[in-house]
Amino acid sequence: MTMTPAIKIEQVTKDFGALKALKGIDLSIEQGEFFALLGPNGAGKSTLINLLAGLLRPSSGKLAVMGYDVVSQYAQARQLLGVVPQELVFDPFFNVREMLRFQAGYFGRGPENDAWVDEVIESLGLTDKAHVNMRRLSGGMKRRALIAQALAHKPPVIVLDEPTAGVDVELRQTMWAFIQRLNREGHTIILTTHYLEEAEVLCSRVAMMKSGQIVALDTTANLLKQIPGKQLRVTMAPGSVLPAGIAALVRHRDGDVYTFTLNDVAQVADVLAELRQSQLTFTDMQLLEADLEDVFVDMVGRA
Amino acid sequence: MSSLISARMRGPWTLFKKELLRFWRVSFQTVAAPVMTALLYLLIFSHVLDKHVQVYDGVGYTAFLIPGLIMMSVLQNAFANSSSSLIQSKVMGSIIFVMLTPLSYLEFFLAFLAASIIRGLVVGLCIYLVAIIFIDLPIAHPGFILAFAFLGSALLGAFGIIAGIWADKFDQMAAFQNFIIMPLSFLSGVFYSIHSLPPVWQTVSHFNPFFYMIDGFRYGFFGQGDISPAVSLLVVGVSFLLLSWLALRMLKSGYKLRG
Repeated sequence: MTMTPAIKIEQVTKDFGALKALKGIDLSIEQGEFFALLGPNGAGKSTLINLLAGLLRPSSGKLAVMGYDVVSQYAQARQLLGVVPQELVFDPFFNVREMLRFQAGYFGRGPENDAWVDEVIESLGLTDKAHVNMRRLSGGMKRRALIAQALAHKPPVIVLDEPTAGVDVELRQTMWAFIQRLNREGHTIILTTHYLEEAEVLCSRVAMMKSGQIVALDTTANLLKQIPGKQLRVTMAPGSVLPAGIAALVRHRDGDVYTFTLNDVAQVADVLAELRQSQLTFTDMQLLEADLEDVFVDMVGRA
Repeated sequence: MSSLISARMRGPWTLFKKELLRFWRVSFQTVAAPVMTALLYLLIFSHVLDKHVQVYDGVGYTAFLIPGLIMMSVLQNAFANSSSSLIQSKVMGSIIFVMLTPLSYLEFFLAFLAASIIRGLVVGLCIYLVAIIFIDLPIAHPGFILAFAFLGSALLGAFGIIAGIWADKFDQMAAFQNFIIMPLSFLSGVFYSIHSLPPVWQTVSHFNPFFYMIDGFRYGFFGQGDISPAVSLLVVGVSFLLLSWLALRMLKSGYKLRG
């Protein structure tokens, strides 16, 4: 028997006047996946999340959470979804524990849910802030409280929209440890982030978006395979002009830093020989494996 | 208490409870301040006019003034509760916490409306309790007093929801309050009987729904009024239904809340 997808998006478009923010998105995310939605600013990631959450309505197409349509069966769909919004918003009248209990209460959870609320508070390192008013929390603590609010009703599908934007290493580690635990326990996690190394480490599958379309959708491993061989990153002396023999191997250039794609390690000697022959000097050199950032630059740049 | 609430009702109940706590946490501003303002009006107007003005037979001006001031405060505070909560949470972005939940538009409306009614009634009751320490105030028809207090605060609570959804910034909300609510309440007969006005202004007053709420409420105390309380009740009831219908339409369509 086929399991209902955690998220099913079919031919979804969203227009804001003349602006076509989403141009026919099709996407299915299975239950239990740790899924990354990547893309530059304005790609349509947040629009897609807002459509799932019911904060926006699609111009056409259908979106479902665990089989429930987000428009016609919104109550069931929202019951199964927890969304961490990108903006650092909070209610200034209440403390952390009160806010979490209210949030769970909106979803019909009562005192029987308090043990879970306490667990979320502890797991996100909010125990000593539980009775502190939201407006007195630091930015990092507000972010933790925001994540806790999305989890307060223990939803099976959790969407995190840039959850680590502007937060310190400690919070990231605490948060990811907790989110990974929830994923192991069967929760589906959908993540948008600008920290591609996070997506590479955490997510089993990735969709890359650009200009309202999905330009790549595959497992993280398969996407990494799209850039074969090794990457050689060389920082040249200012004003250097590469000889034609190796210029063709340049995959990416950032000022005087050139990244070459090599078929194997032996090609490093060829590059160095050409540089020596042209009497060019370099100040630094690194041999790297391709990472998700390379794939992202390649995919988004090409599309 | 919450363990007695069914899971189905717990969502709207929680929102109602949160809205109650929201105004209670700042009760100096939301309850004590309007009570103080009403008592200052009472002190000044009764001191200046009590010996000179008599509106109804056998009723002193100060006694005449109290029901009007109570009702005006009930109405203004019921409006302020839903409108300020909505505009604040919209401007601060925290409205998203409610928008992400399975609460229906009707549950959202009822929770905000009920909290507005409670705030209006609490402020009104406080003014009444302080006022009767100083003035002997009869109660002719308690049923009318309760009906107009409840319906009036519900009407303004619904109006506050409409204003809170419509306004995008505090400036627009202030305009609503200063250019609609204040003139309608001051020109409704709080401080006078409309029979003391020139005929043209008497006619204009009949188009002001606040006039019916004030007059009907006052009738409950003195058994006298400018117009039949049944007519007032009908006007207030129909106005409440119309504004509720409009607020519900706005919420159902997601106007300014869901893009």
